[in-house]
Amino acid sequence: MMHELYGFLRGPMLWVALLVFFGGSGYRVAAMWRLARKKDAVIFNYSSGYYALRSIFHWLLPFGSRNMRNHPVMTVVAFVFHICLFLVPLFLSAHIILIKESWNVSWPWLPDHAADAMTWMVVAGCGFFAARRIIQPDVRYLTSTSDYLILAAIAVPFVSGTWAFHQWPAFPAATLVHMASAEILLMIIPFTRLSHMLFFPFTRGYMGSEFGAVRKARDW
Amino acid sequence: MTKSLPTDLAVIPDKGVDGAAARLTPERVARVIQILLAEEGGARLKVYTETCVHCGLCSEACHFYLSNDKDPRFAPAAKVKQTLDPMIRKNGRVSVDFMKKACEIAFTECNLCRRCVMYCPFGIDISYLMLFVRRICHRLGMVPQYIQDTAHSHSATLNQMWVKEDEWIDTLQWQEDEARDEIPDLRIPLEKQGADVMYSVIGPEPKFRAQLIYQAAVIMHAAGVDWTMPATPGWDNSDMCMYTGDSEMMARLKKVHFETAMRLKTKRIVMGECGHAFRSVYDVGNRHLGWKMPPLPMVHAIEFYYELFRDGKLSLAKKYDVPLTLHDPCNVVRGRGLHEMARFVIHKTCTTFIEMHPNREHNYCCGAGGGVINCGPPYAKKRVEGNRVKADQLAAAKAKGARVIIAPCHNCHGGLEDIVKYYELDMEIKFLGDIIYECIEKGEVDS
Repeated sequence: MMHELYGFLRGPMLWVALLVFFGGSGYRVAAMWRLARKKDAVIFNYSSGYYALRSIFHWLLPFGSRNMRNHPVMTVVAFVFHICLFLVPLFLSAHIILIKESWNVSWPWLPDHAADAMTWMVVAGCGFFAARRIIQPDVRYLTSTSDYLILAAIAVPFVSGTWAFHQWPAFPAATLVHMASAEILLMIIPFTRLSHMLFFPFTRGYMGSEFGAVRKARDW
Repeated sequence: MTKSLPTDLAVIPDKGVDGAAARLTPERVARVIQILLAEEGGARLKVYTETCVHCGLCSEACHFYLSNDKDPRFAPAAKVKQTLDPMIRKNGRVSVDFMKKACEIAFTECNLCRRCVMYCPFGIDISYLMLFVRRICHRLGMVPQYIQDTAHSHSATLNQMWVKEDEWIDTLQWQEDEARDEIPDLRIPLEKQGADVMYSVIGPEPKFRAQLIYQAAVIMHAAGVDWTMPATPGWDNSDMCMYTGDSEMMARLKKVHFETAMRLKTKRIVMGECGHAFRSVYDVGNRHLGWKMPPLPMVHAIEFYYELFRDGKLSLAKKYDVPLTLHDPCNVVRGRGLHEMARFVIHKTCTTFIEMHPNREHNYCCGAGGGVINCGPPYAKKRVEGNRVKADQLAAAKAKGARVIIAPCHNCHGGLEDIVKYYELDMEIKFLGDIIYECIEKGEVDS
């Protein structure tokens, strides 16, 4: 039973997840692009590569905006969280070994203890964001259930993954949870607020263009 | 400084809003919202409302939030949560009472100053979303009475203040007469064809502040500018329709303004010291007419003064020596980056300049713009109490010695006057033009 499930999650389900993630992301961006062409021509008329990149640069640079300097703890947590969130899955030795076994391709990986520490940073980041949602009144007011579910959707694959890595009790089950939850996470990215991953460059770039090219002002 | 926190969700009585509510049914509300979401809601609306992760990083950008003891309901994203989010989620099936509250939030709790845009990591434009709510309100006929009255005036007279054509001409001639007592050869050239500059002002200038036209004429005269003012409708560059959600009327107003300048074959438009009018002419109204940028060159007074001093067209009789500070208006600073030019003019004309903090693009809003002050007396207390943070900012500048505030925008003027009075700051508010008028060599003075 466990083996069948493992085979399913590693085989067909993984393909489905990747397809939904890449296909869904492509679809969302393309559909939004079409809608923008039809209803928001202004975006294309005023977009400016230089000012879009100027704005994106300032908002991807740690402490590059005034608001980041106003909230140093949030800034550090948010940057560490997002960086680890991307690096760990892509540069984890266990993942790379699986890929090498399948397709005989590989790339450099992170030392295991570093990856482990980074995993806990992601989990701690989720905890920080959740605590912020509970403690800080304005954020609590804005928060709906889906915001907690999204945090959980990120935390679960990381906790279960490190659980499996350390071979803690019942780790085979943790492995299955890890694979299933990670696949779910991939699939929901294009269709939830996690799609900010896809749309960030567009919204930021558009606002950067309006502020830079038309309004001759900074937006960071 | 005491302030009262709104304790419930009750809305402020307003004839325009209540009257509309009495006429509306939930079915009509739903239909109008559905039509607007389908027809006018595009990718921006969708992406802004769907990707906001509710992080609250915009909260502290908003003067309403800061001034109301960080009441979460005043955070920019919270205003979307209380208005557009439910409308979209329920596909328009919201109650009439809900719309009344949404109307109050969109019209009187957001100045559309776009400060929060600079605090959102994604660059989500809350002012765009609040304008969308106002657009829905407009289509429902649910607009606060006072600002709707100015919109009616725009429709009927093409100016904001019910100024009749003969009154307009008469006011200009009266100001010319007055000014000729001081400078005998001064003129306010009406309807001159092919002048370098068409000077346009907002409706309240002839109505309440005619001396500003006098001052502008003196400055034009001293600088030797070849200028004119139109004798026909189209002289008013202001635009409350932009803020009531009446995009069609906004476009009509801008069309008349541009066409008046073209009829006079003027080389460019120079606008008086008004922020919202600048936003309308430079950024919003032109777009609705299909002009990417305004169809002829146009500059705000700040830039015009800057050019005059840069090119040595004006000489000073004295420098203004009362210590002063500058309030950066949103629509010409976040809207056009004129902050350094304003400082250039101030450094030319004044001896002691004290920065308020934050400043430039990060300056706090005056609390009056975005049509909020135009919603009138019912909301005045809420507006002034909702900008205590501005009073604190001004008080800090005053503690450093500033006794005068320069506010190169009419709305800012009105808002800051209320704040100075309510919080007993005892500071004087001036336009840049006031200072320039006072300090320049005016030419032939008849003594």
